[in-house]
Amino acid sequence: MWLYAARRIVLTIPILLGVTIICFALVQIAPGDPIQNLLSPTSSAADAARLRAAYGLDQPLPIQYFIWLGRVLVGNLGTSIANNMPVAGEVMHAFSNTVVIALISVALAFVLSMFFGVIAACRSGQLADKLITAVAVFGISVPPFWLAVTLVIVFAVNLSLLPATGMGANGSGNFSYFQWTSLKFAVMPITALALPPLGIMTRTTRSAIAEILNQDFIQTLRAKGLSEASVVVHAIRNIMPQAIAMLGLQLGYLIGGSVLVETVFTWPGTGYLLNKAVQTRDIPLLQGTILVLATAFVLINLFVDLMQSLIDPRIKRS
Amino acid sequence: MVSQMTSLSPSQAAPHPAPLVRVDDLRVRFVSRDATVRAVNGISFDLERGKVLCVIGESGSGKSVMMRSLLRLHPKKRTVIEGTMSVAEHDIGALSERAMTGLRGSLVSMVFQEPMTALDPLYRIGDQIVETVRRHEHVSRQAALARALELLQLVRVPSPERRLRAYPHELSGGLRQRIVIAMALACRPSLLLADEPTTALDASVQIQILVLLRKIQREMGMAMIFVTHDLGVAAQIADQVAVMYAGRIIEYGSAGDVLLAPQHPYTKAMLAATAKDQDRSLALEAIAGSPPDLRALPEGCNFAPRCKFAGPDCTVATPPPITDAGDHMARCIRVGIVAHKLTFSATTMPTI
Repeated sequence: MWLYAARRIVLTIPILLGVTIICFALVQIAPGDPIQNLLSPTSSAADAARLRAAYGLDQPLPIQYFIWLGRVLVGNLGTSIANNMPVAGEVMHAFSNTVVIALISVALAFVLSMFFGVIAACRSGQLADKLITAVAVFGISVPPFWLAVTLVIVFAVNLSLLPATGMGANGSGNFSYFQWTSLKFAVMPITALALPPLGIMTRTTRSAIAEILNQDFIQTLRAKGLSEASVVVHAIRNIMPQAIAMLGLQLGYLIGGSVLVETVFTWPGTGYLLNKAVQTRDIPLLQGTILVLATAFVLINLFVDLMQSLIDPRIKRS
Repeated sequence: MVSQMTSLSPSQAAPHPAPLVRVDDLRVRFVSRDATVRAVNGISFDLERGKVLCVIGESGSGKSVMMRSLLRLHPKKRTVIEGTMSVAEHDIGALSERAMTGLRGSLVSMVFQEPMTALDPLYRIGDQIVETVRRHEHVSRQAALARALELLQLVRVPSPERRLRAYPHELSGGLRQRIVIAMALACRPSLLLADEPTTALDASVQIQILVLLRKIQREMGMAMIFVTHDLGVAAQIADQVAVMYAGRIIEYGSAGDVLLAPQHPYTKAMLAATAKDQDRSLALEAIAGSPPDLRALPEGCNFAPRCKFAGPDCTVATPPPITDAGDHMARCIRVGIVAHKLTFSATTMPTI
């Protein structure tokens, strides 16, 4: 087990290096010159060259990469071009805002999807199955940003129950997930984020459980006198490796891909930050954000792999 | 248990010992939107404690369906079961679901055909046996684990302590089948249902498992219903033999009667199709045709279309069972009783 874990961890290092190369390259490939955006139309070519040198943009690309990588390794992601703030602080701040709603959404979606998926599989073809399937398909098909806007119209505008946008009066400074005055700002973003993964994971759980229930060993379990509930426990444990893989994937998507939902709710998370960085062509900020998100994705996958091998002894063999 | 062990000598001194298993006119059909499959069409037999009944037949003759019915393992929604089954005075059809799960694995347990897929891949061997023991008996985990170790020793698993901690994928097919058997024996069942337990194994392992099952069955005084399509296996292990065709028992009797003096043309043809003790120069005789479609069974004898001796009189009505004084039964209109013995005679065949 430990050997497998160690090997798996070592293997992530080249992946992470690859991530940094792609992050670095993506920005180089992107069209547009950030220096031009900073200069006033009247400034001279010499001004441009001076600024270019100040940001290190006059060096050859490999040198730029290694300089950048060296800084990244000590936690320096550069300075934002737009507002001269350190990128690292800004990204980590946004990241923590996103991670919390993403974690809550995925945890919620995971628990509910397990519950509904198992019921649907055990009541296959019956009313409960059909209802759950209908809701799941709705969750998969509804675009999250549309859902977000609809939630705002219903709960913020018409019913005035929940605040429409933001993280509260003092922003994320003294936001607490344990106080309703703060938490109410997170309710709608979490709902909008949780619904699509809930739909997908419910469908996956349902089909995975149904598949396991058709396997031979389930009959052995029944033949040895286990109650239907205990049989289902065996089935749930058997789909866990698959369910955790799904969970990791969805968490990865939510951490990086919630641009639309965060923009609708002006939730100051990574999605919102990415949007801002792209629009202002703030390359260090964009690079830093993508790097942090990609690293998070790789680490989530590592975690998923380790969890899977912990549950399914057959995985370690390969 | 001791009394049962000594009962290897003819113990039929008691005039009519109540049989352990009693199956009367069992009919099973699977209903779906497209078709109704009549898998079992009226099976009756009794089985005494400590005896072995071998059920022989081709694939699709209803052997496994009959076995699963005894444990009520069929999906409830799509299955219609008629007739009565009782095991140790429990009416299987009338039991509540709760009572039925209580019997499974304790009074009656089952060994399946495919050892590679019969065990939960994510649980250790020991835990799977412990789970069975603790489901039926209120013992501590320690005691259950000790029992699991004993069981592995009973089924001759080498280095049993280590195997208790192993996962199924770490064991060979033969070992896994031993584990499955150990699990089935965990609560000392009175009846063991063995559904082709050796079919998926290598020939040499088959014999080992067979000998083991026979030995344990005798020692524990357990009754066993053993499904196989291997006549050699049946000869090794059976007290009684039932030959099934299209969901009916078409010949039944003691192992000697059925395997040495078969009367039904199907049993005869099946024995003729085995390679054992045959002159190498003779071609093996296969039974022509294929088993009938269980969705649309024809009138009369279901074997008639493949039978060398069939005539128009065979397809009029289902042949009734004819039983001789030695309880040898066959369902064939060409079979009669001559001098108290079941006898097949092709001469009653009308000349066409």
